[in-house]
Amino acid sequence: MPTLHINGRDLTVDTDPGTPILWALRDTLGMTGTKFGCGAALCGACTVHLDGQAIRSCITPISAAEGKKIKTIEATTDGSDRVGAAVHAAWVQHDVAQCGYCQSGQIMSATAFLQSQPKGKQPTAAEIDAAMAGNICRCGTYARIRAAVADAAKALA
Amino acid sequence: MMPTHIDPTELPRVLQHLMERSNADTTATLPRRSFLKLAGVGGLALGAFPYLANAQATASAAASALKPTQLPSAFVQIAPNGEVTVTINRLEFGQGVQTGLPMILAEELDADWSLVRSKCGTNDAAYHDPMFGMHLTGGSNSIKNSYTQYRELGARARAMLLSAAAAQWNVDAATLRTQAGTVIGPGGRKAGYGALAEAAMALPVPEKVTLKDPKDFRIIGQPTTRLDARAKSSGRQDFGIDVKHPGQLTAVVARPPVFGARLASVDDSAARAVKGVQAVFRIPVDLGGEGVAVVADGYWPAKLGRDALKLQWDTSAVEKVDSEKQLAQYRALAQQPGPRKFDADLSALDKAPHHIEAEFLFPYLAHAPMEPLNCTVRLAGDSAELWVGTQSAGLDAAAAAKALGIQPEQVKVHVQMAGGGFGRRFVGSSDYVVEACQIAKAARTAGLNVPVRLLWSREDDIKGGYYRPMHLHRAHIGFDARGKVLAWDHTIVGQSILVGTVFESFQVKDGIDATATEGMRDPYDLPMRLTVHHPKLNVPVLWWRSVGSTHTAFVMETLLDDIARSTGQDPVAYRMALFGDKHPRHRAALQLAVDRSGYGKTTLPPGRAWGVAVHESFETVVAYVVEASVQDGQPVLHRATAGVHCNLAVNPRSIEAQIQGAAVMGLSMCLPGAAITLKDGVVEQSNFGDFTVPRITDIPAFAVHIVPSAEPPKGVGEPGLPPLAPAFANAIALLTGKPLRQLPFNLA
Repeated sequence: MPTLHINGRDLTVDTDPGTPILWALRDTLGMTGTKFGCGAALCGACTVHLDGQAIRSCITPISAAEGKKIKTIEATTDGSDRVGAAVHAAWVQHDVAQCGYCQSGQIMSATAFLQSQPKGKQPTAAEIDAAMAGNICRCGTYARIRAAVADAAKALA
Repeated sequence: MMPTHIDPTELPRVLQHLMERSNADTTATLPRRSFLKLAGVGGLALGAFPYLANAQATASAAASALKPTQLPSAFVQIAPNGEVTVTINRLEFGQGVQTGLPMILAEELDADWSLVRSKCGTNDAAYHDPMFGMHLTGGSNSIKNSYTQYRELGARARAMLLSAAAAQWNVDAATLRTQAGTVIGPGGRKAGYGALAEAAMALPVPEKVTLKDPKDFRIIGQPTTRLDARAKSSGRQDFGIDVKHPGQLTAVVARPPVFGARLASVDDSAARAVKGVQAVFRIPVDLGGEGVAVVADGYWPAKLGRDALKLQWDTSAVEKVDSEKQLAQYRALAQQPGPRKFDADLSALDKAPHHIEAEFLFPYLAHAPMEPLNCTVRLAGDSAELWVGTQSAGLDAAAAAKALGIQPEQVKVHVQMAGGGFGRRFVGSSDYVVEACQIAKAARTAGLNVPVRLLWSREDDIKGGYYRPMHLHRAHIGFDARGKVLAWDHTIVGQSILVGTVFESFQVKDGIDATATEGMRDPYDLPMRLTVHHPKLNVPVLWWRSVGSTHTAFVMETLLDDIARSTGQDPVAYRMALFGDKHPRHRAALQLAVDRSGYGKTTLPPGRAWGVAVHESFETVVAYVVEASVQDGQPVLHRATAGVHCNLAVNPRSIEAQIQGAAVMGLSMCLPGAAITLKDGVVEQSNFGDFTVPRITDIPAFAVHIVPSAEPPKGVGEPGLPPLAPAFANAIALLTGKPLRQLPFNLA
């Protein structure tokens, strides 16, 4: 049975190795913070971190995660992750969410992006847009996403 | 997301008819003493759902003249620690009623806002829209229709808390006042609401209450962060898709490739062999079609099971729509006489010195809410419980009852937080809810008596129907050298979204669907003849955020701009002259957008142009002044400044979000890939790769400004959408010299 290293814990999932990480999280482990949006890596709602990289869990099989660390929205925003905490705070501060369904994925993309920034560097508006371009929000919260990512970057400087 | 013009006296009648044997108002005889103990949030809370109140009512309790929708017990619970939980009578799907309605109630309750929480309701009679008499979320009606209701609920609960304190302190209630969750008595005596709640619940509900003077508001009108902001920024907010009961299974359905088609043969042996697949059922699906449901331990095995089905479809009995042929058919139809919505004398048309003749095309559009459609059903005996993010819990309960062969009052709908909707969760046929019930019924028959969650994939969603209809408009306008319209001959061709639904009988008059023409001519006093054709086609259609105004605003606001441009007039001055003194809200919204955008004062960089449009929908007026350019042959929107007149702004922060969001959806209609097309009856798009929606890189700089007003509030969920596309198009037309008359934009 495959063992997954998720948010600092080793969890065994009785699931076919071809199962996407998304469905192991949601249906097998009951971790529903990661969302199903398109099933085809087109919308970003299912974004999680695999060894620190933002990946689309809807098309990444659990076999690709063996020996690697998965981090989800639950652990990114529980206060233990400095960058995640700053992003979460900026999201609340800017009242970003509308329906909120895509926001787990947005926050995971924003967090991975800010973690990848060299220390002390403030991202430009164009860099923020490029980093967030893989995440769709049908409610159209983009203006506040922009502002929240920029503010989180400032808070981390 | 539903028409504005529904006569509120008629909807209950239609619903009544629909629900046939339902005796509906099981809670109509709620006792006056309706605050009951309920073990709820954090222990003992004040208040109870009416069905519990009903169950526990004593025979001696006097009946209240108040309707269930007027009784605080169903809407407000106060825990001993002072936490106030407000139940909302709507679907929360992004529009912010989950915060706006509690703000309104908390204002009159005089609650401590930091202790206010909210939760979703059910299809119970208490949560019916007080105007429409059913649980309904659409038409930007939530705040508008429940503003007075929620104020009165808060005021009644406050009066009961005051009475409880008066009794406890043995003083006249008139000597008491409240301040942010505390009752204050003579000599500075104080008691928190939490300490008084239990005594208050034993008191009668006052029928008459005095409401605050709006100038004393301290919660309403304040830019307020959403109550769900934290949960929605941490993955902790549950949606319908996250509902999980013990033993629950997940179902996916193979639906016909052409709407309404039936199965010729089914080979499910490979599907049944997939690990985790529990059962495969042939079920009836929407529009008279058939489908195959695969029920499994989770979504992934269910999907693999569906992929393994070998199905042959019989499409011989259903029409196979082809978009190209459909366009030719619509063009031909536009030349034919038909029923007329407006019937102005057109004799001045031929003699007019200037003319515009134009054809407009609008494609089918999918709603594509981010949370794929889903519904969880649990059957027990002759009752059913549904967990679903729905805009129409009442219709869904009736449809579920019919599918399950039980009474509507035996269906309990737990309205779930939904990941968007834009109209798609309000379907006359309750398509996905009925589908879920058919699967649960088949499963029970097969001995699988467990809760079943139906889940659609994104492909199911994009291909599965209920689109904003394709439309063709034709206009022939005669005007003079000063831009005065002398005669306007206009034709609209498009499927009716209401024919065949429960709304047909009072929304389709003389062969014209009111939603197809809303936004035409208003508020302009124009000599227009408007002919309407509603062809019937095998493509299911539905309202889409802002309904008819998704196309009518574009047509009106680009044509008027054309006239202004071709007669050398400023588009703002031209519209202001047309508004005259009759439309002060339009004037105010436009003026605000003009003032804040710098229009007329600022010189734009070379290659950029201003665009303007104004439109009223759902009784709110939104004006945009935008800046746009053309880059590499593609229109680009750089900046949008909105002026909004929605009367009283309950939560300005939420209004800003709604206008921005609606503008993005308006922008979505303009960008390449925003079209659903059919070939041989099959929808050609399937996911966000070919039905494209805006991304962050498409988004302009935004500013939203609200006209101050103390008049009772109107809705804001939809009105920000219609004027965005025409404002953008008008800017592009200035740059290219050619008007844009097709969505999505095509400069070729």
